[in-house]
Amino acid sequence: MQQALAEFFSFSDPNIRYVLLGTLLLTGSAAMIGSFALLRKKVLVGDAVAHAVLPGVCLAFIITGTKHPVPLSLGASITGWLALVSIDQITNRSKIKEDTAIALVLSVTFGLGILLLTAIQHTGNAEQVGLSNFLFGKAAALVSDDLKTLALLGLMLIIIVLLFFKEFTLVAFDKAFAQASGLPVRRLELLLTSLTVLAIVVGIRAVGILLMAVMLITPPAAARFWTNHLPTMVLLAAVLGMIAGLAGSFVSYIAPAMPTGPWIVMTISVVAYGSFLLAPRRGLLARRIRQRKHQKKTLTENILKLFYELGVTEGSVGTKRTLYDLLKSRSMPTSRLVAGLKRLQKHKMLQQEGLGWRLTAAGSRKGKEISQRHHLWKLYLTQHLKTEADHTHEDAESIEHIITPELAEELRGLVKLPVTGKSTTQHTHWTFEGAGQGQPVKTPAGE
Amino acid sequence: MIQRTDNPVVEIHDLTVSYYKKPVLWDINLCLPQGKVIGIIGPNGAGKSTLLKAIMGLVIPDNGYIKLFGKSLDEVRKQVSYVPQKESVDWDFPASVLDVVVMGRYAQLGLFQRPKKLDQEKALECLNKVSMAPLAHRQIAQLSGGQQQRVFLARALAQEAQLYLMDEPFVGVDVATEKMIIDLLQTMAREGKTIIVVHHDLQSAAHYFDWSMLLNMRTVAVGPTQDVLTPALLQETYGGKLTILSKINDLLKEQEVSPRELT
Ligand SMILES: Nc1ncnc2c1ncn2[C@@H]1O[C@H](COP(=O)(O)OP(=O)(O)O)[C@@H](O)[C@H]1O
Ligand SMILES: [Mg+2]
Repeated sequence: MQQALAEFFSFSDPNIRYVLLGTLLLTGSAAMIGSFALLRKKVLVGDAVAHAVLPGVCLAFIITGTKHPVPLSLGASITGWLALVSIDQITNRSKIKEDTAIALVLSVTFGLGILLLTAIQHTGNAEQVGLSNFLFGKAAALVSDDLKTLALLGLMLIIIVLLFFKEFTLVAFDKAFAQASGLPVRRLELLLTSLTVLAIVVGIRAVGILLMAVMLITPPAAARFWTNHLPTMVLLAAVLGMIAGLAGSFVSYIAPAMPTGPWIVMTISVVAYGSFLLAPRRGLLARRIRQRKHQKKTLTENILKLFYELGVTEGSVGTKRTLYDLLKSRSMPTSRLVAGLKRLQKHKMLQQEGLGWRLTAAGSRKGKEISQRHHLWKLYLTQHLKTEADHTHEDAESIEHIITPELAEELRGLVKLPVTGKSTTQHTHWTFEGAGQGQPVKTPAGE
Repeated sequence: MIQRTDNPVVEIHDLTVSYYKKPVLWDINLCLPQGKVIGIIGPNGAGKSTLLKAIMGLVIPDNGYIKLFGKSLDEVRKQVSYVPQKESVDWDFPASVLDVVVMGRYAQLGLFQRPKKLDQEKALECLNKVSMAPLAHRQIAQLSGGQQQRVFLARALAQEAQLYLMDEPFVGVDVATEKMIIDLLQTMAREGKTIIVVHHDLQSAAHYFDWSMLLNMRTVAVGPTQDVLTPALLQETYGGKLTILSKINDLLKEQEVSPRELT
């Protein structure tokens, strides 16, 4: 294994170099054009085209009797194209929806393809051996003749995408606007779909008909998790596609009997699931961590607010309070409360004394700030959104934890504050000197 | 009531548009003057969006013609700017606010030309006009409805057109944005630009628009707002008077013929 690895990656064998270069161009270009298919939500069409390629390949073989890449690719393009046109016509001329049209075309063309393939295999023609490689792809079976053609096509594809990048972007984002501003949208779409057909025709040699759609879609879908910048996304998609291509051609090298497509697809799928889990911000894990952080923040803020408000009602904010005191005023699971208290103690917001806890100066400031945010939001709801006062509390309970100091400032400008003294006992602490205007007190859990 | 006007910016003559043979606009006739904010008002499904799309050449009419500045659309396209409904795009697209506004410059740039520094500056300037410059590098996925609408508006401004067609720019935006937009549109009108706005709130229409068009599959009225937004005409637009027309539509659809084939 190690030796095979070393041999493969030394690229000394010209055959390896060809196969590798070819595969990289195929997978890379498919991923690039696939990015636009993904953004235009034309994913399924790609799948239908990939399947529709099979009858074209078989017909080309029947007519020419050779496996030369040019006629085969030509045949493939023609039936792939016809499939596209049929889907378009069916959706435009009848009430059949696009997904149904796609399913129809896909099954009919692929059925036809399999029929032809079986027929060819029964003729006993020696040339036909290897035709079934189209189904699952076999990078190792690519001979240098194939590779020259395919690499050229792949390169052409990449160049065209780069040339029309700006136009393709606009068409993908806002077709109506593109058309209204005078871009030749119909022709651009035609070009995009033709390039998709081309990418499929080129790519099936390595990936295979059955799995080709995955190679169009998965690399850009994975790349999307890592970036919000379209050029970066397209580039990254190409790189991810190439990594999968590399893995595939390596397997093809050490186990020539093995089809390449499944390996390429497995690799890219692992990459995609990895991205889905691990990507910063958009990834599942990052989202979970954010949620957890928010929960912790909510908990500690609630405890501080509880301390503060109990203090205000009783007239002394610094009072020591036991677990029992706290639970009496606000029910929550004891274990969570204890965890929150410990965290606050660590961040010097609370101070433990015997069986009880007491607010520190910092804790008291913070508690006051949260309590004010709560009431600000309630006031805003009642005064500006005309919400019934008794419905505002629950809403404020969640909103108080997400209001930023800047937003609190803005709210303060919007709401009419109750005049101190005249207000109810609940609100006697309603004064605003300083709080929230200076540096915000650091939230312990927000770090 | 169809008010005539000299040197109209938009002139529509006998326009009929259908989808799948079902007509949604019947024999539209109108002339719209320059330098005004003009509202197109009508109930849901009245064909307001379709009318804008027909003007922009996005749907092919069965019949009739449209002239902009007395010419065909293709001759004056650079002077016309279209703002689609903001729901018509996927805001999860990987682009920043600035990227989207720069798209307003693409047509001027032409094929193969990358946006230049000047285009970026223009775009920033337009963002500034809608108070969005501080958010220039924000992802569009993170914008609120009001901010999305401002971005679309900035993109239109970046086209530096003379005629603006806006589809429901006040839907799903906050009060502050609505006020900002209408102020901006009125300023632009004073500078001689013509702004056509699809709108469906009657209350604000009376204050916002110099001219109004009442539309419900056909032109009910076009003219200065105070002449158009009358109880009788509103009743005609929103009331049940169009039942005959809809019945004919259904019949046509059953027969699978379009009005073009009838004439
Ligand atoms: N692409 C379409 N295909 C079929 N029917 C459509 C299409 N777009 C709009 N319609 C129909 O045309 C009519 C007018 O639509 P529209 O112009 O969007 O109205 P409005 O903008 O006034 O609400 C509606 O009945 C709508 O269902
Ligand atoms: Mg509409």
